[in-house]
Amino acid sequence: MTRSETDVAVAGKGTYRFPQPIGVHASATVVGKMEAEGPFGSAFDRVMPDDLFGERTWEQAERKCLLSAAELALQKAGLKAADVDLCLAGDLLDQLTTSNFAARNLQVPFLGVFAACATSGATLALGAIFLATGLAEWVLVATASHHLTAERQYRYPVELGNQRKPTQHWTATGGAAFVLGRAEAGLPRLTAVTIGRVVDLGQRDVNDMGSAMAPAAADTIRRHLQHMREQVEDYDVILTGDLGGFGSELLVELLRQDGVEIEGRQQDCGLMLYDRTRQDVHAGGSGTVCSALILAAPIYQRLADRRLRRVLFVPTGSLHSVTTYQQGETIPTIAHAVVLEAGDLP
Amino acid sequence: MFLWAFLLGGAMAALAQLLVEVLPVTPAHVLVGAVVTGAILGGLGLYEPLVKWAGAGATIPLPGFGYALAKGVVQEVHQIGALGIFTGAFKATAAGIKAAIVFAFLAALVASPRD
Repeated sequence: MTRSETDVAVAGKGTYRFPQPIGVHASATVVGKMEAEGPFGSAFDRVMPDDLFGERTWEQAERKCLLSAAELALQKAGLKAADVDLCLAGDLLDQLTTSNFAARNLQVPFLGVFAACATSGATLALGAIFLATGLAEWVLVATASHHLTAERQYRYPVELGNQRKPTQHWTATGGAAFVLGRAEAGLPRLTAVTIGRVVDLGQRDVNDMGSAMAPAAADTIRRHLQHMREQVEDYDVILTGDLGGFGSELLVELLRQDGVEIEGRQQDCGLMLYDRTRQDVHAGGSGTVCSALILAAPIYQRLADRRLRRVLFVPTGSLHSVTTYQQGETIPTIAHAVVLEAGDLP
Repeated sequence: MFLWAFLLGGAMAALAQLLVEVLPVTPAHVLVGAVVTGAILGGLGLYEPLVKWAGAGATIPLPGFGYALAKGVVQEVHQIGALGIFTGAFKATAAGIKAAIVFAFLAALVASPRD
């Protein structure tokens, strides 16, 4: 298989266009009860019966979510793990234990990727680059998160019964996976990516991460449109990750100050995953899997049947740790952008 | 006294809720702040009137725990001198702390955490 330089065009620092698009052959999702009861509940493939998913600990349950989604995606694509050239996965837990431990079962060349809640963007971008440069024919991308493991690590174990604040997010529980390969007629395609820069405007409040991440999303969206010489109107929707209500408002305002108007064209996965009038999720969903679930299920379906033509997927992540927070540091954040398009008509 | 107990307890809770919503504080901040406030007021003798007036409405909430700590220290110092600074607080609150630990342990035996 030969590839030339024209298979990846560098449109700007960190922005790569793929003249030979990447095909998203399959996507698969596993979700917890809260997510299954949300507005898109019926779009997900499998629902966990409870928090433990038949395992002894929530950490093990999180691994099972990632593995189940990965195996289901491979099944849908008609592949076995042995067919896959590379697996890219990430999660929120220290040392990426969820991804690393789950990868034991896959026996595929593996790279763990940490980008907090922007992991789905980072892994899809890297996967696309490996495919476009001819280094891989099939790439498996996966992520998982779990509300209770995130609470245990980042805040307090839920046994303490601490109160949650209105600006806090609800870490989504579940796993999502994608199989990337060569483009084929009819398949949703990945045509460009913009790798984000770490942005830190001095925000310190871990109970309001949406506001910390909005500047990163603004930076990436602006750079992407500039490098690609495109307008907001070239996309049906700009889909941010976990900005929530407060973060989304801030993002619209930040971009407006730069002359980029996204109001009416921006949606946030954290606000889409749950029904905030019925479900007590405060500012909305978050976690690596929140944006991945929305992309893998309702968005993928709408790209497949061409209800959506062109989507700019911009998940965002907060790159702090419990230690840096306790030491009084600010919260650096990042956002990675991926362009997904409906496939050619067969 | 029931009415005052209800009103004071509720007022302290409402004040804590207000701080939680307005300031970037964590549950740990609230816990420590409440106990320390009670200890300071207790040490200055300003909490005693609240206890007389509202009873359990002053002793049950967290500032009441701080008050018990301070009161214990003052009593022990009067009885045995300077060493009371170290032993007084534990003597006064031992029963409460022990009860919390024992009940938490019993709860952990019968229940599992879940969402």
